[in-house]
Order: sequence, then structure tokens, then C-alpha cells
Amino acid sequence: MTGAFHPPAGMGEPPGPAAQMDDPFGGEARLAPERPTGPNLPGMDPGAALGPLARSDHLRRRQLVSRLVGAAQTAAALLAVAVLATVVYSVASRAVSVLSFDFLTQNLPAPPSGLASTSAPGGGIAPAIVGTALLMAMATAIAMPAGILVALYLTEFAGPRSRPAIRLALDLLNGLPTIIVGLFVFGLLVVGHHETGFAGAFALSIVMLPLIARATQEVLLLVPASLRQAADALGVSHWRTVLGVVLPAARGGILTATVLAVARAAGETAPLIFTCALFGTSVSVNPFGHLALPNIPVYIFTASEAADPNGFARAWGAAFVLLAFILLTNLGVRTLARGRSTSLR
Amino acid sequence: MSGAVRVAGVRRGPARSRREATDRVGDGVLRGLCFLAALLAILAIVAIAYQVIHRASPAVSRFGAGFLAHSIWQPNFGVAGEGTFGAAAFLYGTAVTSFATMLLALPIGVSIGLYLSMLAPLRLRGVIGPLVEMLAAIPSVILGFWGILVLGPFLQAHVEPFLHRALGFLPVFGGPATTGAGLFNATLILTIMVVPIVASISRDLFLTVPQELQDGATALGATRWEVVRGIVIPSAASGVVAAAFLGLGRALGEAIAVTQVIGAGNSIHGSLFQTGDTLASRIADQYQGATTKTLVASLFYLALILLAIELVVNVAAQLIARRFDVRSAVSI
Repeated sequence: MTGAFHPPAGMGEPPGPAAQMDDPFGGEARLAPERPTGPNLPGMDPGAALGPLARSDHLRRRQLVSRLVGAAQTAAALLAVAVLATVVYSVASRAVSVLSFDFLTQNLPAPPSGLASTSAPGGGIAPAIVGTALLMAMATAIAMPAGILVALYLTEFAGPRSRPAIRLALDLLNGLPTIIVGLFVFGLLVVGHHETGFAGAFALSIVMLPLIARATQEVLLLVPASLRQAADALGVSHWRTVLGVVLPAARGGILTATVLAVARAAGETAPLIFTCALFGTSVSVNPFGHLALPNIPVYIFTASEAADPNGFARAWGAAFVLLAFILLTNLGVRTLARGRSTSLR
Repeated sequence: MSGAVRVAGVRRGPARSRREATDRVGDGVLRGLCFLAALLAILAIVAIAYQVIHRASPAVSRFGAGFLAHSIWQPNFGVAGEGTFGAAAFLYGTAVTSFATMLLALPIGVSIGLYLSMLAPLRLRGVIGPLVEMLAAIPSVILGFWGILVLGPFLQAHVEPFLHRALGFLPVFGGPATTGAGLFNATLILTIMVVPIVASISRDLFLTVPQELQDGATALGATRWEVVRGIVIPSAASGVVAAAFLGLGRALGEAIAVTQVIGAGNSIHGSLFQTGDTLASRIADQYQGATTKTLVASLFYLALILLAIELVVNVAAQLIARRFDVRSAVSI
């Protein structure tokens, strides 16, 4: 607080501009009608006119409220960070006991059979890691071209009437519960057949499509109009402009969008439990095989539903692998995106 | 290239016309592909709705609207073992968990949004903002796993007895349950998922509130909180409502984490500490047992109800967001 509240000897002069800017409450104290004015009313004594600038109880209360609310807001932000730290620490500390080279390279142990309620300790999650990688590769191969094409349609071709409809469809797809996407693919590809890796990848691609399309659309809108105009001026046809100028200019942003969509879909479980949950214990690379592709999310989910301490231990390890991949990917993309000087995030 | 070549190109030589033909085809193909992809995106929504309605129809014709009012879920009921199904308990569970989640997540999320947009020092914003968004990146299956093995026992041992002692006169805080799984645990897990959504949208909204308005209020002597209450929140209110709807959509539709922590109860309990189930979590819960036709149809019936609710919530969010020009897609 500045001297405005405790006027020094030269009280008659108004507070300097610095004091006014630093301390808006000086003005408030003068304006507040309900402050106690005391015996020295303004006008009686030029020196006493600034007396009321002392903070009244009312003002003090308002500032206290403001400060308390600010503290609550800070606490809310810290709470969110603390929850993140707690979850990450829980996963990491429990995963330490199983994490090893063998854990990453060995087959899944057989599930408990017969009278035994717990599975054997040890074993690894290599099939789940390979399977998740394959699922993501397939889902990306479907969703990335489709998403880019939808985004191109929105920015290059769509008229004022079709654009809102497509954007609404993308937003609805984005807001759709992923369990419904899983059930949809279950009804479409699994009923009457069997669960396959392809069905799981297809479900994941539906989850990824709106993410890639919306983010790509935003990046395409950021491509400078001058580039396009230059291509037009040279008489370059539309499709050559798109393939040769627009898409290369937006390449970084499209990659960012795709990687973030992969990071999001890699942890999705709901699209997979009806489409890609019946899998064996060894590495499988056949997306159409009779057993579905093993994958990390469903592995954690099934382990969490069974009361098997050894299964829990492996699930913590699998959770750590998945969480590390997702958080590091997010972190890396953000750092890279910030590092690039262009606005094409 | 020299000018001579270009001049030659202007005359309609064979190379020129060949390129024009290629360009016509290229333009058409690109346009066609893009149109096809956009059409597929719209068709996907239609196909999903059709598939859900189609697969649910046996259960719809068998149970009718009574499905919504009964809370019996017995896959092995009856002589033929076809089972009898009702969704009332799941509707109740969905309503309770979503309502309680929004009750917690909306103030917390908006507070974080305010902190990140107005209060935090610039350097901290760049750290805490991404960390809050990281919270949204945690896969639901990991959050649910954590919820049942770490959060659940903690709630059961400490939080639930405390709340029961302090607020036990309210029926929602009944006696502690035998396990940590239940509506309360599900609510907290959902809150963790919804807070980052509300926080990041509302932060972006608050940042768009004109600085002149805030400066004006400050110059009139308003405290920081009065500026927020009188200027920032009213200016961004509709956007915050849209953010709340988007968060609600997430809370209603989350299946995996909820099914892990809610305890798969079949009946309606007043206490939050008891087990329950939501529409989405019951679907996820039955992933292995979906054997009989009636059960599968009933699951699709649940999905149909959920789809209808989600469409209403999402369209509402989009309409509000469109009208007030809010960025609707959360970039997480």
C-alpha cells in the first residue's frame, strides 16, 4: 500500500499518478458512501479531506473476501496438480516391483485355472504391447487419411450449408460415449463372427476421427492466404495447390493432431472390451485371427476385475508403461509445438 | 525455366491440354474423396444410431417403456433362462453420480480456470495449465484401477466414516460400506475426469473477456473478486454453461472407470457410500457375459437410452457454444 492511505505532511496535494495506478482502493475509499466520515468532513479542512482515505471496515472486508476467494482458486489448481501427482506416483511406486526387461518381453501368464484363484507370479506383457502398437497403427491408418480429407472438405469445398452439418457430426462423434462406439462395432463386425483386432482398430479409428479432423481443420485455417493466392496466381490447379502447398504448410500441425489422437486412443478401453477383448497369452500379429489382438487397456481392465494379487501387480506394471507413453507423448508434443516459431500448432 | 517455354505453354500444345485433363481429373478426385470422407463422418452418426436402435428393438418390444421403471437385472431369470431386465437402478445411478460430479467439478473447474486466466503468475500458468490438461490425458482404465485399489480403501477407512460422523443426518452420507466401491468413489473419479474439461474451456473463455471492462471495474474500486463476479463470470456465463454440458456429457458416458469403482449394484440406495451402477458402466460390466440374445438386446437398450441423453446434452452444448461463439472442441 502506498502513502495515499497515510498522508504525510504535505497532505493537501493529490496522490501522484503512480499511487493512483498502484492502488485502486484509494479511489474506492473516497467513493464509498457508507464509510465513517468522522468529525472532519471534507471541505472543513483541506488537510483532513484525505483522512477518510484510511481503509474502512467495509473495504477491509471486501478485500478479505477477495483474498479468500483467490486462495480458494489457488487451492483448486494445486488440488488438481496434487491428484495428478498422486496418481502418477501410485502407478510408478507399485510398478517398480514388476518392471524389468522380462516384463516387457515375456508372454502373458495363463489366467488362474481350476481351483486356483491367483495366477502365477512373473510373466510379461509383451503381447499386449505389440497388440496395442498394431491396433494404434491400424486405427491411425484409417482415421488419419479420413480425418485429413474431412478437414480438407470443410476448409476447401464445403458450402455454408454443409459446413455446419459436418462440424455438428464431428462434434457429436467426439461427444459420443466410447462405450457406444464399442457396442456399435460389436453389432456391426462381431455379432455372428468373432472378436478381431481389426474390429478393435476400427472402433478406435471412430474415436480418433473427430479429434484429427477438428484439429487439422484448425491448422488448415491457419495456412496463410498468401500461399494459396500465390499458387492461384501461377495458375496452379486446385488439387495441386492442396497437395503441394496447403498440406505441406500444415504438415507439423497435422502430425501434432495425429500424435495427440493416438495418445488419447491408446488408453481407450471402452471401444475394445466388446470388440477386442478375447485374446490369448502369446504375441499375435494377425488382425483377423481367431483370437483378438492382446492390448494393454483391456489387460488392465480384466486384471482389475479379478481378485488376483499377481494380476494386480502386472496390471500396475502395464499401467505404468501405458501412462508413461501417453504422458511423455503429450509432453513431447507440447514442448515441440511451443518450440516451433510458427503459429501452426 | 525460360520465358520461351511458358509462352509455348500458353499456346494449346498437346502437353498443355494433357495437363489440363490431369488437373480436371485431379480436382474432381480430390473433391470427390473429401466429399466422401465428410459424408462418411455424417453416415457414422446415422449408422451408430441405426445399429443401436436395430439391436435394441427385441428388448424394446419385449420390455417396452417399463424397462425404465423396473430395477431388476437378472440374466438367469425365468423358465427359459432368458432373464428379465430393467434400467431404473442405472438411470438413478447415472443421475446421482452425474449430478454430484457436476456439483463438485463445476466450481473446482471454474476456479482453476479463473486461477489460470487471472491469478497465476505468467510463469506458473505455463506449468500448471498443461499439468491440469495432463489430468485429462490419464486413461480412464488407469484412473479406475487407481480408484478401486488406492482411493477406495482410503475413502472407506477415513473419508466415509468422517463424512458419516459429521453429516450423517443427511441420508446421502449413510453408514460406510463394506468396500470402498460405490457411488461416492465413482463421483470422485468422474470429478477428476470432468474438472480438466471445465477448467481448460473456462480458462480460454475468461481470457477473452475484454481487459478494458476489467480495468474499468478496477478503476471504480472493485476488488479482484468483485471484478470476477461482476464482469468476468457474467461475460463468459454462457460459455461456462456450454463447458458444463460438455463435462456432463463426459460424466454421463464414462463406462470403464465407473464400472471399476462403482461396485455393480443392482438396487437403488439413498446413501452415496453404497454400490450402484450407471447406464454406461452396466454395459461395460457385462462384456463377458453378453451371451443370451435378450441380454445383448437389453444392453443395446441401455445404450439407446444413453445415446438419447448424450445427444440432447451434446446438442445443447453445441447450440449454446455456437450461439455465443465459444470454441467447442477441447484440445486435449
